[in-house]
Amino acid sequence: MSIFINKKTKVVVQGITGRDGSFHAAQMKQYGTNVVAGVTPGKAGTTVDGIPVFDSVADAVRATKANTSVIYVPPAFAVDAIFEAADAGVSLIVCITEGVPANDMMKVYDYIKTKGIRMIGPNCPGLISTGQSKVGIMPGNICVKGPVGVVSRSGTLTYEAIWALTCAGLGQTTCIGIGGDQIIGTNFIDTLREFEADSATRAVVMIGEIGGCDEEEAAKFVKNHMTKPVVGFIAGRTAPPGKRMGHAGAIISGGSGTAAEKVKALEAAGIPVAASPTELPMLIKQKMSEARKHQAGKTRKVTGALKAKKSAKKATAKAGLRRAAKKAIKKTAKKK
Amino acid sequence: MKIHEYQARELFARAGMPVPRGNVATTVAEAAAIAESLARPVMVKAQVHVGGRGKAGGVKYAENVEAVRVWAQKILGMDIKGLTVKKILISEAVDIVTEAYVGIIIDRVTKRPVIMVSAAGGIDIEEVAAKTPEKIFKLAVDPILGLKGYQARDLASKLYKDIKLIRQAADIILKLYDVYWKADASLVEINPLITTPDGKVLAIDAKINIDDNGLFRQKEISAMRDIDSENPAEVAAREGDLSFVKLDGSIGCIVNGAGLAMATMDLVKHYGGEPANFLDIGGSSNPQKVLTAMRIILSDPNVRSVLINIFGGITRCDDVANGIVMAYGELKPEIPIVVRLTGTNESQAQKILKEVNLKSADTLDNVVKEAIRLANQDEIGTGRI
Repeated sequence: MSIFINKKTKVVVQGITGRDGSFHAAQMKQYGTNVVAGVTPGKAGTTVDGIPVFDSVADAVRATKANTSVIYVPPAFAVDAIFEAADAGVSLIVCITEGVPANDMMKVYDYIKTKGIRMIGPNCPGLISTGQSKVGIMPGNICVKGPVGVVSRSGTLTYEAIWALTCAGLGQTTCIGIGGDQIIGTNFIDTLREFEADSATRAVVMIGEIGGCDEEEAAKFVKNHMTKPVVGFIAGRTAPPGKRMGHAGAIISGGSGTAAEKVKALEAAGIPVAASPTELPMLIKQKMSEARKHQAGKTRKVTGALKAKKSAKKATAKAGLRRAAKKAIKKTAKKK
Repeated sequence: MKIHEYQARELFARAGMPVPRGNVATTVAEAAAIAESLARPVMVKAQVHVGGRGKAGGVKYAENVEAVRVWAQKILGMDIKGLTVKKILISEAVDIVTEAYVGIIIDRVTKRPVIMVSAAGGIDIEEVAAKTPEKIFKLAVDPILGLKGYQARDLASKLYKDIKLIRQAADIILKLYDVYWKADASLVEINPLITTPDGKVLAIDAKINIDDNGLFRQKEISAMRDIDSENPAEVAAREGDLSFVKLDGSIGCIVNGAGLAMATMDLVKHYGGEPANFLDIGGSSNPQKVLTAMRIILSDPNVRSVLINIFGGITRCDDVANGIVMAYGELKPEIPIVVRLTGTNESQAQKILKEVNLKSADTLDNVVKEAIRLANQDEIGTGRI
C-alpha cells in the first residue's frame, strides 16, 4: 500500500521535451511508473523515449486517461501549466518547478481546492511509492519497500534521510517532498492523515525546516489524531533571522518560525527529534518497538494458540521485509 | 528583495496614494536643495534596509534649511544596526493628529493575502501586536476575486469614526492592495498612516518587500536593488546563481539543496564547530558554480576548512568533482578541504577526486567531524601547507 500514487497512477509529463522533463520522464519510466503521455505545445505527434507527446493536457487526458500530471516547465509558465492540468481533469498535480511567484500560487491554491484536486509542490522533488510508482525527480535507487512513510519540505535532505533508513534495513511505503515554498498545495497534516489511514505504513518520519508554523500544526495533529509513531528532524537550527535560506519558505521572520520553537512543539507532542538525519533509523526502531509492546499489552487476553499463530505470521512477514530491503541495497550497490 | 522607503513611496504615489512631497539625497548639498524647493519644515530620514531607524537616531525633524544641513551631515554615513547610511529622504513635515497602521502580507496559514489594520500605529506597532493583538484587525482576501470596496471600508472603519476619513482610508487600502499585486510584493506596509488637522489621510512611511520569485517579470523593481546595501559576497553569489548567506564561523560549507545545507550547518554546530556560511549550489551541477562557490568561500578570512557535501540526485557527483578539480587548480587553496560525494555517478566522481588527492569522507556525520578537526588543526598552526 501507499499514499497519493500507486500502480494505477497514469502520468502525463508537462514540459516533456525540455531538458529536465525528458530526462526525468525516462527515469520515471525506468522506475516502473506508468508514464502515458507528455505535453509540449506544438510537438503533438512526436514521442520522447517512446512516450507520445500531445499539444495540450486535455488532448493527453482524452487519449490516454492520464490521472496525474507532473510539471517540469520553467517558472514563468508553471502557473498556467497547473491551471491547464486542473481544467483537463487530472486528480493529482505534482509541480516540480522552483521559483513560482507566491501570489500566483495563492490563486492556484484557491482554484484547485474548489475543484477538489490534490496538488503537491511547487518547488518539490515529488514522491515515490516504493515498487509501484515514482512521480518527480527523487532518485529511485535509494528507496526500498517497507513500513515507514517519509514526508519532508526539502529535497536532498529527504534523500539523506531515506538513505539512512534504507541502510538500516527500514524500507518505505511512500516518500514525499511537499516543497520548500511559502504557499504549497499539500502540507504535513494532509500527508500525515493519509499515512495514518494507510494500512502498510507503520511509522512516519517528518522532516521540517525553519519558517512558517506547519510543523507546529502537524505536531498538534499527531498528538490528537495519530496512533502511528512519528519521529522528526528540523533543519535550520543555526539559521540567522531575516535571511532566506535558499527555499522561499525557509525564513525566520518577526521571531517566529525558528527551529527551537519547532523542536519544542514536536517534543511536546511526543515526537522525538533527531540531531542528525543519521539518527532517524534508531529513533524509528525505538518508537516501533514501543508501539509493538503497547499493542502486545492490548492483545494479552487473546488465547495462547491464537497468539502463537499471530506471532509466527508476524515473524515471517518481518523476515520477508528484511530480505527485501537487503536485496534492494545490494541492487543499488551493484548499480553504482 | 527589499526596496528603500523613497522607492516604495514612488510606487505609492504612482498608484494615486497621498504621500508628502519629497526626494532622495546622497549629499548634504542635495538635501539642502530639496529642502529649499519644498520651502517648509522637513523630515530627514535615513534610507537603510532595517527597522527601528527612528529609535537609532536616523529620522530627524528639521525646521529650516540650516537644520537640514546639520542633520544630513550627521545621518549620512551613520551606522544603523551594521548598515551605513548612504541615502537620505527629505520629506515635507506634516502635523499629525492620529497614527494608524496598514499592512498586507502573504499568509502561509490561510494561503491568502492578509490585510492588517490597527488604530494604534506608529513606532511601537510590534509591541501592540505582541501585547494587545485584539487591537489589530485582519482580513484574508480571496486572491481570485480581489479586495472589494465594502471590505476596504469595513477595515477603514476600524481606524476612524468620521466617514470622510473612512472614505479616504478605504481608497488608500484599495490602492495599496493594487500595489501589492502589481509589484509581486510579499509585504507592503504604511506605518504610520496619519490624519492631519485639516482632515486629510496621508501615508508618511512606505515599506515594500518583493517576492524574489516574482522578480523575473518586475524589470523596473529589479533595477531598484541597492547593491551598496548588501554584503558583497552575497551579491557575488547571486550573480553566480548560488544561494548564499554569510555567517561568522570558521567552517566553509558547500552543499546541494537548501534543506541539506541547513542540516549540514546544524551538524557542524552540533559537533562543536561554527559554520562560516550557508551555500546551496542548487539542483544543476554546472562545474562553474562549484568554482564560484569555492572562490566566495575562500575569500572569507575566517574560514579555516572547507566542507563539501553533495547528495547526488539531479546533481551529478562527477560534475561537482570536475568543478572541485577546476577550483583546486585555479584557486590553489591553502586551507584543507574535505569532500563527501554520494549518489548519482559517485564512483566516477571518486576517480576524478583522486587526481587532486583531496580528503574524502563517506557519511554526513564523518565529513562534518573531519572538517572540524581540520579547522582546529589549522588553528594551532599545522594545517596550512
